[in-house]
Amino acid sequence: MTTTRRTLLAGAGLGAAGLALPNLARAQEAPGVTATEIRIGSTNALSGPVSAYSVISRCLEAMFRRLNDQGGVGGRRVNFTVYDDAYQPPRTLEQTRRLVEQDRVAFLFNQLGTPTNNAIHRYVNQRKIPHLFLATGADKWAQPKEFPWTIGWQPSYRTEAQIYAKYILEQRPNGRIALLYQNDDFGKDYLHGLKDVLGARFDQMVRTATYEATDPTVDSQIVQLQGADVLVCATVPRFAAQAIRRVFDIGWRPMMFMTNVSVSVGAVMQPAGMEKGVGLITSDYRKDHTDQAWANDAGMGEWREFMRRYLPEADLADNNYTYAYGVGTTLIQVLRQCGNDFSRENVMRQATNIAPMDIPTLLPGIKVQTQPTNYNVIRQMQLQRWDGRSWVRFGNVIEGANV
Amino acid sequence: MDGFAHQIIAGIATGGIYASVALAIVMIYQATHHVNFAQGEMATLSTFIAWSMVNAGMPYWVAFFGTILVSFIIGVLVERLLMRPVANAPVLTHVGVFIGLLLIVGNMTGWIFGYTTKVFPTPFTSDQPLFGGLVSAHELGSTAVTLTVLILVWAFFRFTKLGLAMRAAAYNPRSSRLVGIRVGWMLALGWGLAAAIGAVAGMMVAPVVFLDPTMMLGILLYAFAGALLGGIDNPMGAVLGGFAVGVLENLAGAYVVGTELKLTVALAIIIGVLVVRPSGLFGRVVFSRV
Repeated sequence: MTTTRRTLLAGAGLGAAGLALPNLARAQEAPGVTATEIRIGSTNALSGPVSAYSVISRCLEAMFRRLNDQGGVGGRRVNFTVYDDAYQPPRTLEQTRRLVEQDRVAFLFNQLGTPTNNAIHRYVNQRKIPHLFLATGADKWAQPKEFPWTIGWQPSYRTEAQIYAKYILEQRPNGRIALLYQNDDFGKDYLHGLKDVLGARFDQMVRTATYEATDPTVDSQIVQLQGADVLVCATVPRFAAQAIRRVFDIGWRPMMFMTNVSVSVGAVMQPAGMEKGVGLITSDYRKDHTDQAWANDAGMGEWREFMRRYLPEADLADNNYTYAYGVGTTLIQVLRQCGNDFSRENVMRQATNIAPMDIPTLLPGIKVQTQPTNYNVIRQMQLQRWDGRSWVRFGNVIEGANV
Repeated sequence: MDGFAHQIIAGIATGGIYASVALAIVMIYQATHHVNFAQGEMATLSTFIAWSMVNAGMPYWVAFFGTILVSFIIGVLVERLLMRPVANAPVLTHVGVFIGLLLIVGNMTGWIFGYTTKVFPTPFTSDQPLFGGLVSAHELGSTAVTLTVLILVWAFFRFTKLGLAMRAAAYNPRSSRLVGIRVGWMLALGWGLAAAIGAVAGMMVAPVVFLDPTMMLGILLYAFAGALLGGIDNPMGAVLGGFAVGVLENLAGAYVVGTELKLTVALAIIIGVLVVRPSGLFGRVVFSRV
């Protein structure tokens, strides 16, 4: 077929009409919301190196299935779309634009990863799209003034470091502290967290050493920091295992803290040597399915019942499921608070006005809460210590510093 | 002063890792006059093969030599199937193939074995901490293995007819062909040997840094610095260069530039050597008439 001037013009006219249609629709309804449906979008690493996290999306999808079975929310069914970004930031941007511009979702929920969310941080804020409860522990998602449309969920790395610093000041008020951290945003959150609590005393109390993610070992850094009373490690699993082993081997016995990113029994404690990590301290905010304390717990009972009915083949010991259940419960609370108004403005207003609430899969005493001026959704954690076989919780729930 | 000595000892221990990988780089350069960017990924794959064998219940040394054999075959196959069709293409094509190989082998390893950190066994153990816990029995043992491989490589190139033929094939393919050397097979053999040495390096490195598909990513850069420092065509020099980079990097990190710039030290060594003395400390200066 040959393209004449007339067909071209006709095509252009059709195109213009197509462009105008969504605007018409928007006048009557909020984007992504119809009389019967709310569309929610997300990205996750469904493939690639960190695809173990993809179970979070599976669990959330099952939670929305349950919600729809129960009649939906505000008289509407939830339509949850997840695209694979393979943990690659350029693909996150591409898939997010597809969700926003093509699928026209109402808002974005629980996208996975720090570098990946970094790639869309500016985009979603410019377009004023709620970017809710991200699956990352970076501190930068709590900037209500600069980025009002983005909010995290889990305790940030910075909050975690503040909690360690509070405990250190209580236990070793005059201790010399060593900090080993990865030289990027992840590691620096711990540096900032310690500074928040130690303030002017930081320079006098703390010695730091950094490593690059590409370094083969952290031996040299351990030698450099050797001798301090306290050691805080903000390292990814491979270097965590190296650090635990080397600190033990050189006979250094500090009070040692490990970021809760790197406390997996299989990926860190076993490689390091189970007995070499005895006394190591970390923190958590979730109930662990394998902990006998929760065998008859009401919240965990609710979660187990849900898993049995909606995800019967899932591995219950994978704590990504308790995480997903917590973040999903939070979002459903926000949707209920919205009433009948699912406009982007109202979704964001409700997401940042959650009164302190308990979540079935979080430790007792740890609340989910938000205020328009404070986007740190979970601010408390409980410490736990490695006894050579498993992690044992101790002490009270500690709250991060308010800065 | 204690700290200074400790940094040197820890540097030598890490240097041993660089030395073994540098040796593999020199090997492939000797045999083909190229630097294979996928060397690290191929070595990691070999280490995973060894890991599977050990997990399947094989004794360590059986798995060790079995892996060397399998890696040798993989190396030969790579040359036969991937490099040979582009043998006469420009150097940039080869670089393209190397990078493609790096991505394919790296991702394939992750796909098959997963990205979780794994423990790799070592045959060298001791009950007593050595050098105040700074050096493990494994690190001593692996240095011995590296030196053994070095002597074998040196003897192979120096005393055997095959070694001489391989050097000739890499250095001057046309004349070698005229005197009856089967240049194509010499290259394939070189690839096989380089893959085998890479496998040894991988199996020696893994117990120290723990095994995962990205294990070699950073190490290869330091090893490359070591190989260049010692002389890219000199196995002995590469090993010494590897140790030197390990110690230099630690001392510079601890006392001069700070830990943030440790990686930069390796890059500075690469550029420094290429600018000041391209043949490295122990390399031969090659003149060619044009």
